[in-house]
Amino acid sequence: MEPLEVSAVTIRVAGDSGDGIQLTGSQFTASTGLAGNDLATFPDYPAEIRAPAGTTYGVSGYQIQFSGLDVLTPGDDPDMLVAFNPAALKVNLKDLRPGAAVLVNTDAFTDANLKKAGWSADPLKDGSLSSYRVLEVPVGMLTANALKDLALSAPQAGRCKNFFVLGILYWLYERPLEPTLAFIRRTFAKKPLLLEANTRVLQAGNAFAETEELFERTYRVRKAPIAPGTYRNLTGNEAAALGLAAAAERSGHPLFYASYPITPASEILQALAKMKPYGVRTFQAEDEIAAVVAAIGASYGGHLGVTGTSGPGLALKTEAVGLAVMAELPLVVVDVQRGGPSTGLPTKTEQADLLQALFGRHGESPVCVLAPATPGECFSSAFEACALAMKYRVPVLVLSDGYLGNGSEPWKVPKLAELPKIDVSHEPGCPPESFLPYRRDPETLARPWVVPGMPGFEHRIGGLEKDAATGQVSYDAENHEAMVHLRAEKVARMAREIPATSVLGGPDGDLLVVGWGSTYGAITTAVRALRAEGKKVSAVHLRHLNPLPPDLPGILKRFPKILVPEMNLGQLSWLLRAHILRPIEGFSKVQGRPFKVSEIRERVLQSLAGEGGADGR
Amino acid sequence: MAAEPGFKSREGVRWCPGCGDYAILSAVLRLLPTLGIPREKFAFISGIGCSSRFPYYVETYGFHGIHGRAIPLATGLKCARPDLSVWVVTGDGDGLSIGGNHLLHALRRNPDIKVLLFNNRIYGLTKGQYSPTSELGKVTKSSPFGTIDRPLSPLSLALACDATFAARAVDNDGPGLNAILRRAAEHRGTALVEILQNCVVFNDGAFAAEEDKTRREDFLLRLEAGQPLVFGTARDRGLRWKDGRPEVVRFSGEPPADLILHDDKSSWEYAAMLARLAPPDFPTPVGILRCAAVPTLDGLMDRQLAEAGAAGPADFDRLLAGPLTWEVR
Repeated sequence: MEPLEVSAVTIRVAGDSGDGIQLTGSQFTASTGLAGNDLATFPDYPAEIRAPAGTTYGVSGYQIQFSGLDVLTPGDDPDMLVAFNPAALKVNLKDLRPGAAVLVNTDAFTDANLKKAGWSADPLKDGSLSSYRVLEVPVGMLTANALKDLALSAPQAGRCKNFFVLGILYWLYERPLEPTLAFIRRTFAKKPLLLEANTRVLQAGNAFAETEELFERTYRVRKAPIAPGTYRNLTGNEAAALGLAAAAERSGHPLFYASYPITPASEILQALAKMKPYGVRTFQAEDEIAAVVAAIGASYGGHLGVTGTSGPGLALKTEAVGLAVMAELPLVVVDVQRGGPSTGLPTKTEQADLLQALFGRHGESPVCVLAPATPGECFSSAFEACALAMKYRVPVLVLSDGYLGNGSEPWKVPKLAELPKIDVSHEPGCPPESFLPYRRDPETLARPWVVPGMPGFEHRIGGLEKDAATGQVSYDAENHEAMVHLRAEKVARMAREIPATSVLGGPDGDLLVVGWGSTYGAITTAVRALRAEGKKVSAVHLRHLNPLPPDLPGILKRFPKILVPEMNLGQLSWLLRAHILRPIEGFSKVQGRPFKVSEIRERVLQSLAGEGGADGR
Repeated sequence: MAAEPGFKSREGVRWCPGCGDYAILSAVLRLLPTLGIPREKFAFISGIGCSSRFPYYVETYGFHGIHGRAIPLATGLKCARPDLSVWVVTGDGDGLSIGGNHLLHALRRNPDIKVLLFNNRIYGLTKGQYSPTSELGKVTKSSPFGTIDRPLSPLSLALACDATFAARAVDNDGPGLNAILRRAAEHRGTALVEILQNCVVFNDGAFAAEEDKTRREDFLLRLEAGQPLVFGTARDRGLRWKDGRPEVVRFSGEPPADLILHDDKSSWEYAAMLARLAPPDFPTPVGILRCAAVPTLDGLMDRQLAEAGAAGPADFDRLLAGPLTWEVR
């Protein structure tokens, strides 16, 4: 049969967290990038490393959307679900639309597993799946068959079964096997038996799909019209790590990254720890506070001091961020947000640290806050944060989140030399006799970043209030107020660095959707669709949360209705109301999962019809 | 005694008259110019507390940080800038209570920093609450019925963390303090010096015996490498092993042959025994309990960087491209 051409496909693979789901997903992603499609991915894994096998709370998932068109989200509803066991089916079935394909590993559908997953009867037999196209494959048995003459234990053989499924998927969607074969060769270079086993199983799955009548045809997705260039796939956390390292290169300041492991930010530490050949220093501190303080210490010494964390860690770093505000030293803090408060939902995404980032310190303690909108933008946001922190000597917080940090997309690989050069001076600008550590640059209001080792400029800094002129400790009332204003003014002036805000759609209309951070894909896709339907809807996506873009009030003024979707109870809404004194309709989703395109679309339609309400929760 | 003018800052010292901190400041100001390190290469780092005002009074680079966090500030600085001589000044509250976690990790990691821990067994800057080294039952403003928590031994803690340099000194014991500070400065690694320091306002006399110049030799055990453990104004008492434990013996004339010989490079177990010696059964040891040559954190970090970079400048564009790219034309 001829391949069926489709414009976009969304696949979700789900199974026990020990089934190799994330590996299957990342391999499929790499092959899909090579096949020339645009794509976006979303891994969804449990907090437990190896939850009891077969339970619903141990289910790990990986979703990818790929298309011949521009892809901005990992897709609302999967066209195909791969369920490695009854628990994976149980957890994910509710997300499927009628007619979707469900590939199940029938070998796992034993009475015990069904019971563990909470099925009262076998869904493969009782008609529960009648509205889906079910593909029953005894993956375990077929994998074992492919390996029967190899000296592998049953568990070793069992661990190969994800590659059998990957082989099937590669055939169904016409992906090349070679990138994964190359991966197997690299990974098992010193384990010939496992190299042979995984190679065989991948090919066996591929051959099975080709010969088995279960699969009528393959699906063809055209290459996407992507700008020419060299591309790679990368996650937001990898991108953030590269952005920090690139800023170090372009500023000539070695990167010192101090961090305490925390989900979902640890990958940044891990990625940077490998970058020693590039002069990157990493320090795994004893706790979150030590991490941020060590970064401040390195910054004091003239390095690019950076720390990374998630919400609970940011809470712990609070006092030290205030120290960097007071000492007026560069500091970058990357917060990969997760569900909170407290331990919350460690592996799930949320955007509820915005107000913590802006205001979570005692005293008048302004910092700059940036938010990347896509995994790839984690690179540019991290880079920009470093440049701003070093220029203004102010802490800059970058609000990524679990969805961006773990999600991936194709990224056009820049050359280092194409990135902006970051000019940083440590010159005191005067001879030692007249040196004043708090004499400011008239433009940026930054004080000189004089580092230890410069003879004649020895001076003391710290957390106590300083005299505006001499930098000596000062408890003077008027001086304190002047310094409070000065520190605020310094951050306010950073607004000069913000480029003109781009508006998706018309410059005016019936409704403006304002978003920030990882909701970009869902909002943009929904607004494009609504405009195609003739609705006068536009969208603005904020990358700068403090200071806000200076042109924002003017843009907001041109729309009678403003809708702000965010994964919290309305933190940006709150901020905008305070900033521009306008009614804002908030649209909250706090489920540890990103917005679907359809959710945004329906909410916009409701609002246009006047059904939203001022707070619209 | 005139402090080297080049190291004394112009800032007016704001400790209470009679505070033990003055003597320690003088000792440090005397020591620094003799170390052969240019003034601009010193950085004095502190947290919060009376002792933490120290950096303002030294004409070097200085950073007065936040409560308990001097050690990570110093660790980050030293790892970034191994060329600097980094000193931490802390106290029993700052270093052992709010910052206790950082101290123990610095001691095990061994960054090349000098930690002067001023122990006055009281919270001075907050005006007289008990500290982690206050004696059990001590009546203070926050313990009107006496404390109910047992005190911590800074040197036992240090040794439990495998400290590479652990020493004790007394604020008004000039020659002893000078000698110990010099050894600390010369040590490669984290050098912890507990300095018994009198808070004249909130805990005066906490170390009355150790500070009384007329009779303190009866209460101090001065540790000198290669010398037997002998003390007493008349040098008539010493320590020896008995049934696996130290005991005090009196003697006249030459010290008996079975007295313990001090060796600061000796076993951890020996140093740990010294750290537990305390009045009333034993004298208070002062001097260097342990000094071990162990690679430093900053040295190891530098070595890893050097080894990783040995192949020549790495191509950053390759890092940006990652393991797998594809071309779109």
